[in-house]
Amino acid sequence: MIRSEILKEIAPIIRDHLVVCNIGLPSQELHMIDDQPTNFYMLGTMGLSSSIGFGLALAQDKPVISIDGDGSVLTNLGTLPTIANNATGNYTLLIIDNGSYGSTGDQPTYAGRKTSLTSVAKACGCDNVIEVQDKDLGPVLQSAIDSDEMTIIVCKCDSGNIKLPVITMDPVVIRDRFMKAVQA
Amino acid sequence: MNIDKKIAGDLVANDVSFITTVPCKQLAGVIEEIDQRDDIFHIPSNKEDEGMGLCAGAWMGGKRPAIIMQNTAIGVTINTLATLIQYYRMPLPMLISYRGELREPVACQVEMAVHTKALLAQMNIPTYHFHKQSDVEEFDMILKYTFMCNKPVAILTDANFWGGYGDQ
Repeated sequence: MIRSEILKEIAPIIRDHLVVCNIGLPSQELHMIDDQPTNFYMLGTMGLSSSIGFGLALAQDKPVISIDGDGSVLTNLGTLPTIANNATGNYTLLIIDNGSYGSTGDQPTYAGRKTSLTSVAKACGCDNVIEVQDKDLGPVLQSAIDSDEMTIIVCKCDSGNIKLPVITMDPVVIRDRFMKAVQA
Repeated sequence: MNIDKKIAGDLVANDVSFITTVPCKQLAGVIEEIDQRDDIFHIPSNKEDEGMGLCAGAWMGGKRPAIIMQNTAIGVTINTLATLIQYYRMPLPMLISYRGELREPVACQVEMAVHTKALLAQMNIPTYHFHKQSDVEEFDMILKYTFMCNKPVAILTDANFWGGYGDQ
């Protein structure tokens, strides 16, 4: 499966929850598949999906899912020790690991070669790290959201992109809509 | 006057309850003070752009955030300031140790000091420079201003403000 197929499959699971979605194609795909006020789309700032989602999870009680990518986590590896050492049960980090920088043309990442983000997350002190194959993600993600313990999911999948439009919604509108959903 | 307690007190009085820090020798006292306050959640960051991501999330979650860092971080965070904090119009008080100014013992710090105000000006970031202890009196007003206008605001605090480096 490629990332857009995964997002299509998990859309019903994440629909009612706060989601912070990674820059570029992941946000564009989620926006096209199932736009929700509970989705915060990143239009820039590669690497910070996990940090934004984690700050949100620490600040309030609702479940938060950060959708991140292997390339973006590699950009902000310092996020994993911070998350591990301040764990909060309402947070789930979903790393869609296709071993490539999808939004820039599928150049290979080191996660697709020798580096295991699952091992890195564990070494950083994250207690619940689950590596899962794309087709098995749904139930794993559902139980991570339902659980009182923070979970890091590394979902291995194929690289590949679909053609789709950019998000033209104004960033302040995205943010304002999202904040109202947080408070609702 | 104890500057560290005054700054922490102003932060609490302005309902700032989520603070991330990247350490600096000059900021050690205020970071320690913040860490001890029950009404502030202190989360150290490994890098300042990561910290700004945490602050952005915390603010959307209903908490008023702040970041405490060195001026070298301006070099690290230009993209995050432009594409996250400013683009989505979020408030972020940035208490910054202004290394490389008068009474600085480390020559390399001057290399970023000479760019600091120019970079902040280029980014249209409101910038205040605390040089004397009494300048801290404005801190409360600066916090109110920051959360009024939903912008990142820089408070540069130099070695003279903090009382120098002891024997150095």
